[in-house]
Amino acid sequence: MSNNYLDIIRPGINTTFQDKGRDHLYHIGIPFSGAMDNRNYLIANKLVNNNLDSAVIEFAYQGPCIKYSGERINFAVTGDVVFSIKKQDAEIEGNCYQSYQVEDGDEINIVSTNKSVYGYLAFGGELDLKFQWNSCSINTKANIGSNAGKKLDVGQKVNLKKINSNKDIKKTNYINSKIENIRVIKGTNFDYFSEEGKKIFYEKEFTVSKLSDRMGMRLEGPKIDNIVNTNIKSEGLIKGVIQVPADGNPIIMLSDHGTIGGYPKIGVVASVDYDRLVQMSPGSKIKFKEINLSDAETLFKLYEMETQNLLSQI
Amino acid sequence: MIKNISNLGDAAVYCDFGNEVNKSINSQVIKYFKTIKEKKFEGINNLTPSYNKLIISYDLKKTTFKEVKNYVENIDTKETQDINSKKFEIPVCCHENFSMDIKRLEGILKLSREKILENFLNKEYFCYMTGFIAGMPFLGDLDVNMRAQRLETPRVKVPKGSVALTEQFANIYTFESPGGWNILGNTPLNVFDSSKEDKPNLINPGDTVIFKEITLDQYKNYNE
Repeated sequence: MSNNYLDIIRPGINTTFQDKGRDHLYHIGIPFSGAMDNRNYLIANKLVNNNLDSAVIEFAYQGPCIKYSGERINFAVTGDVVFSIKKQDAEIEGNCYQSYQVEDGDEINIVSTNKSVYGYLAFGGELDLKFQWNSCSINTKANIGSNAGKKLDVGQKVNLKKINSNKDIKKTNYINSKIENIRVIKGTNFDYFSEEGKKIFYEKEFTVSKLSDRMGMRLEGPKIDNIVNTNIKSEGLIKGVIQVPADGNPIIMLSDHGTIGGYPKIGVVASVDYDRLVQMSPGSKIKFKEINLSDAETLFKLYEMETQNLLSQI
Repeated sequence: MIKNISNLGDAAVYCDFGNEVNKSINSQVIKYFKTIKEKKFEGINNLTPSYNKLIISYDLKKTTFKEVKNYVENIDTKETQDINSKKFEIPVCCHENFSMDIKRLEGILKLSREKILENFLNKEYFCYMTGFIAGMPFLGDLDVNMRAQRLETPRVKVPKGSVALTEQFANIYTFESPGGWNILGNTPLNVFDSSKEDKPNLINPGDTVIFKEITLDQYKNYNE
């Protein structure tokens, strides 16, 4: 038994351990998984002096309430998150993007994400988690990863294997930007849709449905009419693919997506907008904007440079 | 051979081998899949072979569409060994506890329960691909008299082990999951084992599968 551990007093709605995800497994039906919002995941680790690929706690909407036992440790929360730290003598309101120290008996209460979906809680050290295919990311659909592939549960204990000796407090002024349009690249079945359907896809507004999770985001709005076939022979999927089934409502594949699908692909979300896409909560309005491959590649390069800059300043 | 290579978004190459579904096209797909997998091209992080497509996804931080496309166009698959296929007998219990859609199939196919089972069991099926949720094998081809569409409204939960049909294909649900295929029976055999990291899938593309009927008692007492 480790002397340093977390007590999960309240698990939150959809709280899992995530890291960089697992690759080279699509062909056997295992998706990438990993932190949904990669930039916020990396920043969380940097703020607590971790290796950037360390495991963190990812939560959605309502987060966990955690009691800490053990020697002093740093933690940080990233995203747009309301949380507090309860110490013996006081309760203080927490700010995202800065690290704090907790001591034996302190509680971290992640109340909720604000107008967004995912937030990250990183501890300055190493959580004692089981790795499967070089990743501890939890995939609840196939019960893969740490914690027997299940969400965090009330009353469970999570041990820390190691606590970082570097306990420097860090801070950054990052603000999660919102974007008006989600940029997409034309899909391989774009021509399955009527002229009217294509116009609707690029010009009308869609609403993020409540039926969205780590596997996919369902959209509601004007129907997109298919004029060729509402099924294709099942084939591979990647994250960001937008499928349109027979009912005409688009579904966007997210990090825990099934690896094979049989609905026509109208578009694919550009990698540059993925982190911001996953943060759109139910009820948010989405508009798609077409870009070409070379613009998508350039935009991603810039986004990646920005991420590296942010990290280097922490 | 690959008929067309295009981009699927900005981080995947879409190799199209045609529209037909048959063993010969699928074997080509798998040959490319194996060749690329063995060569470990820097930046490629996933390969998804299916009936007649191969999707290669890559890390946009390490490579680009142009580079991967160029690489695929110049690949030589001659050296790659043909698939080393295995044969499996899968026990399946078609007791009414499990065969949830047999009545529906009787109606659609205009065949009796006995005839449906006779057409389905004891025949060799080819595994075209695995996926969707961990390890699910897509098997074919069913007898021409056995082809039914998916359910109009998919089930929210299909039990683990369900053996199900749609169009010319059969599959085995490796986990409880949503699904719209017509369920004919259930196998007690564990087709996916995530504790075996090097070989979690029992059935792999290129393998053949024969379904053998077992009774409810045999199902209950089944021991791998």
